[in-house]
Amino acid sequence: MFASCADPSSLEGLGWLLCYLTSGTHIAFYWSFVTVLVLLAITAPVALAFGFGGAVAARSSVWPISLLGRGYMAMVRGVPDIVFFLFFVIALDQGIEWMFHQIRCPDWTEPVRQGLEFRVCPAAKVPPGNAPQVWHQIYGFALAVITFALVFGAFAANVLLGGMQAVPRAQLETAEAYGMTQQQVFRRVLVPQMWIYALPGLSNLWLILIKATPLLFLLGVRDIVYWARELGSTKTSVYAYPHPDWRLYYFLALLVFYLCMTRASEILLGRLTRNLSRGQATAAGEAQRKAAGGVA
Amino acid sequence: MSCWETIGDYAFRSLGFGERLLPRSDFTLCQQVTLIGSGMIWNVYFGIVALVTGFFLATGLAMAKAARSRWLRKPAEWFIFVFRGSPLFIQFFIAYQIFVMLPRNGIDVFGMTVATSWTTKAWAGALFVLFLNTAAYSAEIFYGALQSVPKGDTEAADAYGMTGWVKFRKVLWPTMLRLAWPAYTNEAIFLFHATTLVYFSGFPAFQQKGDALYYAQYFADKTFNPFIPYPIVAGYFILLTLALILLFGAMNRRLNRHLAPNQRPKLKLRPQLVR
Repeated sequence: MFASCADPSSLEGLGWLLCYLTSGTHIAFYWSFVTVLVLLAITAPVALAFGFGGAVAARSSVWPISLLGRGYMAMVRGVPDIVFFLFFVIALDQGIEWMFHQIRCPDWTEPVRQGLEFRVCPAAKVPPGNAPQVWHQIYGFALAVITFALVFGAFAANVLLGGMQAVPRAQLETAEAYGMTQQQVFRRVLVPQMWIYALPGLSNLWLILIKATPLLFLLGVRDIVYWARELGSTKTSVYAYPHPDWRLYYFLALLVFYLCMTRASEILLGRLTRNLSRGQATAAGEAQRKAAGGVA
Repeated sequence: MSCWETIGDYAFRSLGFGERLLPRSDFTLCQQVTLIGSGMIWNVYFGIVALVTGFFLATGLAMAKAARSRWLRKPAEWFIFVFRGSPLFIQFFIAYQIFVMLPRNGIDVFGMTVATSWTTKAWAGALFVLFLNTAAYSAEIFYGALQSVPKGDTEAADAYGMTGWVKFRKVLWPTMLRLAWPAYTNEAIFLFHATTLVYFSGFPAFQQKGDALYYAQYFADKTFNPFIPYPIVAGYFILLTLALILLFGAMNRRLNRHLAPNQRPKLKLRPQLVR
């Protein structure tokens, strides 16, 4: 990066450290933090949408739809999440390839599962075998996002269903008395009010989602854990910047990163809760009203 | 080979007994169920030992966090924040790196040599991390419960002239446990699920002695078919979770036996995800 870094072996002290921390692989390491943030930014809304869909389905009066919603929520109960992470990635990958196999190679006669191997025709490979490396990485990342969203969506569905059920019944009955249809009650009364009840659960879920991001590493994405292991391990004098085993320091840096993320989220979510409580018929809303000098 | 022979060979494989070689080809359902079940021994071991030992540290931490003295409160708050605010995955990595850095020949303490090599083994090292981790999570639950002990209870204890240890033992602690129990049940379930992370982070499995997920992944890698081993793990964990709910439900009934039946809180399963 800097001109002075051309010959690392001649450097010492701070100059060496500066060049070391700005080497090409370290820049990739810093970018992987962005990968984690991107994953969070994409997964959170997608999971929320999945959760909303699940909660609405579970409330449906049509029996099969309700069963589908409840089944989705029950899916993640009682089973370690990490099993889902390992399972979904392979299952999704094989499912997608199997589908393409059915579409693109209808006259392929050999069975797909041959003993220990899963073999689809070359045209059904996703991404295609000759695709550049970038596409493989993007595909892996997309699989990770879907997996995260599926698992966290089930949890969000649980929380949102609880929020919907917590909206005072009187509010909905009043809306019905005004002659609103079921859709109108749902859109104009239930959905705007449910968030304050769902927020504690959603905040908790967000904090858990942050702490789940190192599992990206298990899914084969080059995330911060991958780079911390790679960069921290012992480098012999063959490398430009030889050093002993520094993995501990890299992991401590990750620890600090996660603690900062958690703290910042806690502060922001606390502020959001205060803002959303304004004018709500909850204990927090009531306390705000009294503090503002409203009539008791 | 019949299924009984397989069970005989592999039922205690995760502890190092029985057949040394893992199956390499012609995988049967029986082999998968037996080996993964064998791995569950480790999950149960980590879960139970960490939960029981963590319980005591958690009580102490909750008391320290609720203490008036800054010198007790601040360290407890920081301990809880660090362990609850960072992923367990990273905690395992860091712990392993620290244990590896300990001098291999042991540390001299006043002329006695304390061996250190066992700390890098999963049974001790990972257990230690899980112990600290569950202590932090439980401490937060106990602290919350301690804060919501009814004022009347403590006033009644004062009126009886109870102080210090007696007041804690007879009034505060039972009420704290009673209030915290539903949340603590979830924490216990959550801890058992977290034990699956042990062999994924830092701690290597020596001689292929691993936990349930380790063997499940072994089969998934060999057969390239995730649809059999992972559902088996899921099935085992659902059974384990049900057993835990039964056990903690019984304790919940005992803790609340002095209340009127309509006032007894019910256990509500609210599963959580990764820590």
